[in-house]
Amino acid sequence: MSSELDDLYQEVILDHGRRPRNFHRLEGAVSAEGLNPLCGDHFTVYVKLDGERIADVAFEGSGCAISKASASLMTQALKGRTRAEAEELFERFHTLVTEGPDKARVGDLGKLAALSGVSEFPTRVKCASLAWHTLHSVLRGGGETVITTE
Amino acid sequence: MGAPGLQAVAAPFDAERVKREFPILARPVHGKPLVYLDNAATAQKPRAVIERLARYYEEENANVHRGVHLLSERATAAYEGARARVARFLGARDPREVIFVRGTTEAINLVAQTFGRARVGPGDEVLITGMEHHSNIVPWQMLCREKGATLRIVPVSDAGDIDLADLERLLGPRTRLLAIAHVSNALGTVNPVKEAVARAHAVGVPVLVDGAQGAPHLPVDVGDLGCDFYAFSGHKVYGPTGIGALWGRLELLEEMPPWQGGGDMILSVSFERTVYNRVPYKFEAGTPDMAGAAGLATALDWMAGLGPEALLAHERDLAGYAAEQLAAVPGARLVGTPRERAGVVSFVLKDVHPHDIGTILDREGVAIRTGHHCAQPLMSRFGLAATARASFAVYNTRADVDALVRGLEKVRRMLG
Repeated sequence: MSSELDDLYQEVILDHGRRPRNFHRLEGAVSAEGLNPLCGDHFTVYVKLDGERIADVAFEGSGCAISKASASLMTQALKGRTRAEAEELFERFHTLVTEGPDKARVGDLGKLAALSGVSEFPTRVKCASLAWHTLHSVLRGGGETVITTE
Repeated sequence: MGAPGLQAVAAPFDAERVKREFPILARPVHGKPLVYLDNAATAQKPRAVIERLARYYEEENANVHRGVHLLSERATAAYEGARARVARFLGARDPREVIFVRGTTEAINLVAQTFGRARVGPGDEVLITGMEHHSNIVPWQMLCREKGATLRIVPVSDAGDIDLADLERLLGPRTRLLAIAHVSNALGTVNPVKEAVARAHAVGVPVLVDGAQGAPHLPVDVGDLGCDFYAFSGHKVYGPTGIGALWGRLELLEEMPPWQGGGDMILSVSFERTVYNRVPYKFEAGTPDMAGAAGLATALDWMAGLGPEALLAHERDLAGYAAEQLAAVPGARLVGTPRERAGVVSFVLKDVHPHDIGTILDREGVAIRTGHHCAQPLMSRFGLAATARASFAVYNTRADVDALVRGLEKVRRMLG
């Protein structure tokens, strides 16, 4: 029982939840807002592209430990990747938080694997994936508000 | 019986015994005993109500108001008997004043779309309070947008109360309706509805009371409150889901246009002209939730059997105890400290998001609600995106509150 909770709130998650990285506005970037109307989580994700490559990425907003940590870890994982790589990573991340670590080839997900505990908490999948859905919108041009209750 | 106050002391309410009448409360959650503190969202059902639903389908089911056969008679008797039971619950003088709906939301929409559309025009105003549930905001917003009218809001104080002086100031010559919660679902505030009605009526403004959180906790007497409409949901008063009631003053209901068109709401139909049925049937198009109505009547009987005085004293004690215990949790802050509270305590924990509180408590078997409680404008008023909310029912005990507080200690250990 308790170990599932410990898996969910791993030290990495707590750390990124308390002290999110790349947690600021990014001037001159493309951005989109992500909103979960059910719990009130609200983030803006900023991306600066250099051609096809993500030169810089940041976010701001408010949410629970899971959504904030996930957004923070996402920004760290994305820097330097191409758009296509980012989308592919989102797909695997999504598999990780919905179906668990076995299906998602955790080995090369790096620090994102810290969110694998989410798969045991279906009501929290939307928290972990909010920033990613928002990123997806940014990569398609941004400017819109993503409303997800997934 | 002559001294209810004394009797409540002499024969304390046995919540543990009441709890045993609810099958779901005996089921473990994550291997722990269930401590259900999400009653403002929906209450659990006693065995009597669950059995009533089965009995309706096993012995009485047919369509109402139609057949000449025995079962149709039985179904009609169950359904109309339930209407009379609801009327008695609300202190209404006439069962025709009770319209069955899906719940409070549908009741308010019905009033907005019939009474509202007939009475509200360009430049008019509808007055609500800053603590309303979305279901007592959005239907009025939709109406105001359609009619070119304005929605006005009675402000909420830091404690979570409204000030009757503000209400009086906002009741203007263009106000066509006041819509106000009996009890706030997010803060637990008991609004001074009777006084609000008096002030509204003094300037000729009719009043709708959203009783979704009032009916489960407070004795309701529409005659005493003086209101013109009262709406509540069956599932929050230990009844089935999908059934609720709108009470309205007969003379208002008579003049209101029908809402949905269909069977049962008509007397005669030709392609040229339809004659509508009388009140309340003109507002009940289509086959109604007959089993739900029967189940609701049983729920109201069941509640009445507990003794309203004892129930009230028990719930007051619980909410007070919870507010006191939660305020003492390090890092916790109550959201809303109203003059009078019923059934609900909202709080936040320093540096911990309510959603994370909810997940950890759930694993301890403690079910609470976290989020904006369908009251986003109220949350903005307090500068919050979300709170954690514990809400109480007849079967809760002080031990449940203690389990909540122990759970919060675990939350603080893990995340604090």
